[in-house]
Amino acid sequence: MTDLLLMISVFTVSFVLGYILISKVPQMLHTPLMSMTNAISAVTIIGALLLFSVELDIPQKVLGGIAIAMAAFNVVGGFVITDRITKMFKKSSGVDSGQEEHRLKE
Amino acid sequence: MDSAWNLLIDLAIILIIFLGIRMFRRPESARWGNLTAAFALLCALTVVLYRDPILTPALVLIVFLVGSMVGWFVAMRVNMVQIPAMVAFQHGAGGVAAFLVSFVELIKDATHLSVTSEVSGIVGLIIGAATFSGSMVAGGKLANRLKQTPTVFPRHNLILSGTVVVIVTLGVFAGHVSGTAVLYALIILILFSIWLGVVFSIRIGGADMPVLISFLNATAGVAAAFCGIIIQNRLLIACGATVAASGSILTHVMCKAMNRNLWKVFVGIRPKTAAGMAVTTQARPPSVAVQESSGQDLLARAIEVAKNANRVIIIPGYGMALAQAQLELVGLAKKLEGMNKEVKYAIHPVAGRMPGHMNVLLAEAEVEYDKLCEMEQINPEFAGTDLVLIVGACDVVNPAAINVEGTPISGMPILKAHEAKHIVVCNLDRRPGYSGVENPLYADPKTILLLGDARMTLGKLSQGLA
Repeated sequence: MTDLLLMISVFTVSFVLGYILISKVPQMLHTPLMSMTNAISAVTIIGALLLFSVELDIPQKVLGGIAIAMAAFNVVGGFVITDRITKMFKKSSGVDSGQEEHRLKE
Repeated sequence: MDSAWNLLIDLAIILIIFLGIRMFRRPESARWGNLTAAFALLCALTVVLYRDPILTPALVLIVFLVGSMVGWFVAMRVNMVQIPAMVAFQHGAGGVAAFLVSFVELIKDATHLSVTSEVSGIVGLIIGAATFSGSMVAGGKLANRLKQTPTVFPRHNLILSGTVVVIVTLGVFAGHVSGTAVLYALIILILFSIWLGVVFSIRIGGADMPVLISFLNATAGVAAAFCGIIIQNRLLIACGATVAASGSILTHVMCKAMNRNLWKVFVGIRPKTAAGMAVTTQARPPSVAVQESSGQDLLARAIEVAKNANRVIIIPGYGMALAQAQLELVGLAKKLEGMNKEVKYAIHPVAGRMPGHMNVLLAEAEVEYDKLCEMEQINPEFAGTDLVLIVGACDVVNPAAINVEGTPISGMPILKAHEAKHIVVCNLDRRPGYSGVENPLYADPKTILLLGDARMTLGKLSQGLA
């Protein structure tokens, strides 16, 4: 029971903190935000790896292997594509950065 | 869940991820934010491998490398117009991983699992499988492999709710049986969940796609979190919850920007057009005469207006991306800037096929991000603007959203293009947008309609300015 409570609180705290942080992300960055969080959700790869820390029969190994491959595809693809997107955002050379910061805050 | 050290390590990793997300507040630090999050995940992997060594390292390594290389290869080659499809397919891959892990955990040693683990395993399995198939359908639509418009089955809602009932029953059944029955119950459960995702996604289409893709983002996170509960891993729960929060926010933002109720998107209630049509057809006749002048004439007028304008705002819509007119548009904008005019881009939150998509398309075309303005920020500026150039957008500039009651877009926040002195519209035709509401802006005497392929039109405009 304490386990359950603990896990529920981990979920709640992360959800709330995540919510607060993410609501401050400007709309301009919503696409890279989604592709990055998408990569983060592939953290299930940990679960897939943990499967292989005990003895498995052949079908279980196959399924676990597919899970690892899919999660690896998701995590690597997600971070790489986000890197490509965020790299493209450039500022015009004329604007001084202090003013820029002020504008974004508004 | 054990020693204090492990707790501290998990805490540190999740804090690094939060730090990465925090860096997404500003475009210049976003790239580092992404790398920070990637670093955190790498740490997480290392820690797990250290704590629980793998029994068959060679096999795991090969599978891991194959998945990563495919991911890397695809991510390097995909172009920015295809990003929404790519992201959707990745949600799908995440869904597969989540439901397979839950599945193997459930059949591996069902007797050792606590009730909590078993229940969350079953729930994670359902959500993961439905996320997988839903994302595949969404990705297929976004990649143009499937029909983009909503596909409605006869008695669609009945099928959908029937599927849900079957899934819940099967889920409860799978939780109460033991032995091989569990295996078969879970396999049938997976098949029904996959069917659920298909039925759910296939009816959503067109401009509702950003809502669907954001929602699938959230469900992929929830699936990961449930997966974390079954294996009692704090990190999975925390990451899954964060992603779920992100997906929820984006879903909410998209719904608000389109004036759509999430429930209506999901149960297939689409905007009805009757009221809006009636009002706007009345408004049209007086100016028709102006609009019927020849194409050359209109182009000449547009060029004249552009030459005389000092402050210009460009409103790009998904039609611009469809016509692949980004470079022509940016070329024209640079030309105007070269003539000492102030040029800004006004980006509606739902421009594109996923949240923020338009910004990425323009960033790719080398528009500096400080010229990309959000709706709330730029709306007060339209009144003092000489020329608004609309390229491939309709609903997001439709003043009927403000003026007319009872249309599907009434109350939807729009870009107030109608307040500018002159408006040039480069759309393919004068048909209404996704909402089906006619756009009175087209009939406004201060509007110059340049119909046809936006790429050609913009090219001609650009030439005329030289």
